[in-house]
Amino acid sequence: MSVPAAFDYHPATSVDEAIALLQQYGDEAKLLAGGHSLIPAMKLRLSQPEHLIDIGKISSLSYIREEQDHIVIGGLTTYVQIEQSDLLRKHFPLLPEATSMVGDQQVRNRGTIGGSIAHSDPAADLPGVVLALKAEIVVQGPQGKRTIPADDFFVDTFTTALAPDEILIEFRLPKATGSTGSAYDKLANKASHYAIAGCAAVITRGQDGSCSAASIAITGATVRTIRARAVENALVGKQLSETVIAEAVSHATDGEDMIVDIHGSEEYRRKMAAVVARRAIMRALERI
Amino acid sequence: MTTKRSITVTVNGQQHQTEVEPRMLLVHYLREVLDLTGTHIGCNTSQCGACVVMLNGEAIKSCTVLAVQADGGEVLTIEGLAPEGGLHPIQEGFWEKHGLQCGFCTPGMIMASYQLLKNNPHPTETEIRRGLEGNICRCTGYQNIVKAVQDASERMSTSAETPVPAGD
Ligand SMILES: Cc1cc2nc3c(=O)[nH]c(=O)nc-3n(C[C@H](O)[C@H](O)[C@H](O)COP(=O)(O)OP(=O)(O)OC[C@H]3O[C@@H](n4cnc5c(N)ncnc54)[C@H](O)[C@@H]3O)c2cc1C
Ligand code: FES
Ligand code: FES
Repeated sequence: MSVPAAFDYHPATSVDEAIALLQQYGDEAKLLAGGHSLIPAMKLRLSQPEHLIDIGKISSLSYIREEQDHIVIGGLTTYVQIEQSDLLRKHFPLLPEATSMVGDQQVRNRGTIGGSIAHSDPAADLPGVVLALKAEIVVQGPQGKRTIPADDFFVDTFTTALAPDEILIEFRLPKATGSTGSAYDKLANKASHYAIAGCAAVITRGQDGSCSAASIAITGATVRTIRARAVENALVGKQLSETVIAEAVSHATDGEDMIVDIHGSEEYRRKMAAVVARRAIMRALERI
Repeated sequence: MTTKRSITVTVNGQQHQTEVEPRMLLVHYLREVLDLTGTHIGCNTSQCGACVVMLNGEAIKSCTVLAVQADGGEVLTIEGLAPEGGLHPIQEGFWEKHGLQCGFCTPGMIMASYQLLKNNPHPTETEIRRGLEGNICRCTGYQNIVKAVQDASERMSTSAETPVPAGD
């Protein structure tokens, strides 16, 4: 029977209390949010924290609201809350769209955006969306708050810019300006629904109809979630015909280290990354 | 070595206070401490949905939630869906439309359907299949399960007296 190794449990009622507990227990402690990455890992004994600090009941970290030129999302907001948000659907349709493709209903009831981003599984969906939306990631530690741009956050497989005594508390998404459309597309593993290849695309069109800005992120295929700069460069300044898009997405994973496992070879993942990128870009364009 | 914790959980309308090891999974708490063995363990790896129960009004996989996380919460299991001796319209739907064969996945299927119909009383076939994505059946196949949920949806919209149990 698979159960986690023994640990002590500390329900935290505030961010400050959770940070104090993280400082007290150091390397032996882990934060628990929705638990849908951590508990499976603990059951397999891949993770054996001696102290579990439960931040899941800090309800003040669970919100989605509008603040002037940003939409802000609390670190403990669940997938279901994101999926059902009219505000997000209006401003960033790719976020509820990507969220609705995570796991299944039961996973989406528990999992949180903060947990997904902190965990930074290369096959997860939201890291790509957060990158493409150029989110500002607000974290809090013993020294107070700091903001990390999404571009600097995803360091490597399961490795982020978050320090061990910091908590991810908020995502600040700058509202789009001009004529912008966004979409997320993925090829999902049939059993787990994790991405074999996924793409988050945000496209802005200028007054002459050509592409004035593009933000394209690839997940699932590469060893960490990346911005596909070569694709972005190949789109900006052009009228986005099918030929231009097809050429651009052929560079989706140029020069990147790829995930190779039983679900797909390197070649397959490069091809699939291009396919999902093309679909995401086309759908983003339709939404402008 | 670890400190046990006292938790209070309302299960099927009845409050229980218990000392548990923090690492105890909710499914083990329900089955072994409370003897509510209607909730099944299939994969124990968050994939199959045999362990689905409602926690604070949402369907969850109880093999992927710690009992201590349910402290102060309300749980509804298959045993609490209908009063003793009676059947909930979803249970009637599964019975009438042969939505089960061995029955192993059924409690989880029914609890996942319960949430689906709560959010969306008249789901399309696609919505039913999507809503039950996290539940795997190894023997009936999904055709009759879809029909069972459609049948339940009709029963629930026509019956004035749908049992809505406590904890929800
Ligand atoms: C069956 C199944 C299918 C899944 N399918 C998908 C899928 O298709 N796509 C996908 O993207 N994901 C999928 N997931 C993963 C799921 O999205 C997780 O919920 C998510 O990755 C982690 O969020 P959580 O809130 O559950 O975090 P937890 O599991 O509680 O925590 C994960 C890690 O992040 C840390 N952490 C959590 N919150 C914070 C915070 N606020 N600040 C700092 N550190 C924090 C924890 O210490 C831990 O190390 C699936 C999971 C399951 C069980
Ligand atoms: S036993 Fe919980 S999902 Fe299979
Ligand atoms: S009825 Fe046998 S597994 Fe579904």
